Amino acid sequence: MKVRILVSLKDSVLDPQGQTVKNALHTLGYGSIRDVRQGKVFELELEGVSEKEAEKIIPEISDKVLANPIIEKFSWQILEKG
Amino acid sequence: MAKLKFGVVIFPGSNCDYDTYYALRDVCKQKTIFLWHKEHDLKNVDCVVLPGGFSYGDYLRSGSIAAFSPLMQEVKEFALKGGLVLGICNGFQVLLELGLLPGAMLRNKNLKFLCQFVHIRVENDKTRFSHRAKKGQTLKIPIAHFDGNYFAPPETIAEIKKNNQIVFRYSDAEGKINEEANVNGSAESIAGLINKAGNVLGMMPHPERASEILLGSEDGRVIFESIIAKLN
Repeated sequence: MKVRILVSLKDSVLDPQGQTVKNALHTLGYGSIRDVRQGKVFELELEGVSEKEAEKIIPEISDKVLANPIIEKFSWQILEKG
Repeated sequence: MAKLKFGVVIFPGSNCDYDTYYALRDVCKQKTIFLWHKEHDLKNVDCVVLPGGFSYGDYLRSGSIAAFSPLMQEVKEFALKGGLVLGICNGFQVLLELGLLPGAMLRNKNLKFLCQFVHIRVENDKTRFSHRAKKGQTLKIPIAHFDGNYFAPPETIAEIKKNNQIVFRYSDAEGKINEEANVNGSAESIAGLINKAGNVLGMMPHPERASEILLGSEDGRVIFESIIAKLN
């Protein structure tokens, strides 16, 4: 099974990197971009794990390792089953 | 005065380990040993020091991977039993990731790696790490970090203030706290933070780099001297 996990700063936390990217886009003339939030992508390959087990493991490792819950949030999706 | 035993932890990517060792052993004349992060034994040290650097190349988040190393589980237990732990720069980040101190570090507000002398004002001189300094005194100590912008949710900040856990704040040379002196954008200008029990201190400035006049300042020594005086 292939899983993609997205980690980004919580909405309540200022993201200076995202702001800088936004400013650069504005400089290039893309004035319609209202906001940019930067984050991290993790792609995991799991072996011998059911979808139900993944539903337990993925939030667990995201909370414990991949994201720092004080400043970050995460979301995830299954890219490939089996 | 009896010699104390300090343990300086080395992670792959630590780069202030020898400076810290030198400051403790040669400048402060204490017994000092290195502790390798893969070990499980703290070798009966009186105080654990987590030095600055870039443990594991700052992969994932600064200090995060180091927090999972075998020795850090021992350090956590040692701290929870009241043992003295000092985290400097990356060591502070490790303590946050380990949950021994509240909050987290964000990238500096100007997105620059900051390597410069700063002034910090002593906010709490009743701790085991700062009792040889005076409240309101400013110390000239260098910083060198990318992620030193301290963040905690408002309820945590309120708790920290209520418990008098802010030990050092960024200030100007006169001790004034303002936006300009708060070089990395930290909440409440926090430069050094202690846990509620008073035995774990994290600070972004490097006291070991300000331990002899030859280095441009010896203001950092007061932190080591506070620990030594308290433990003896």
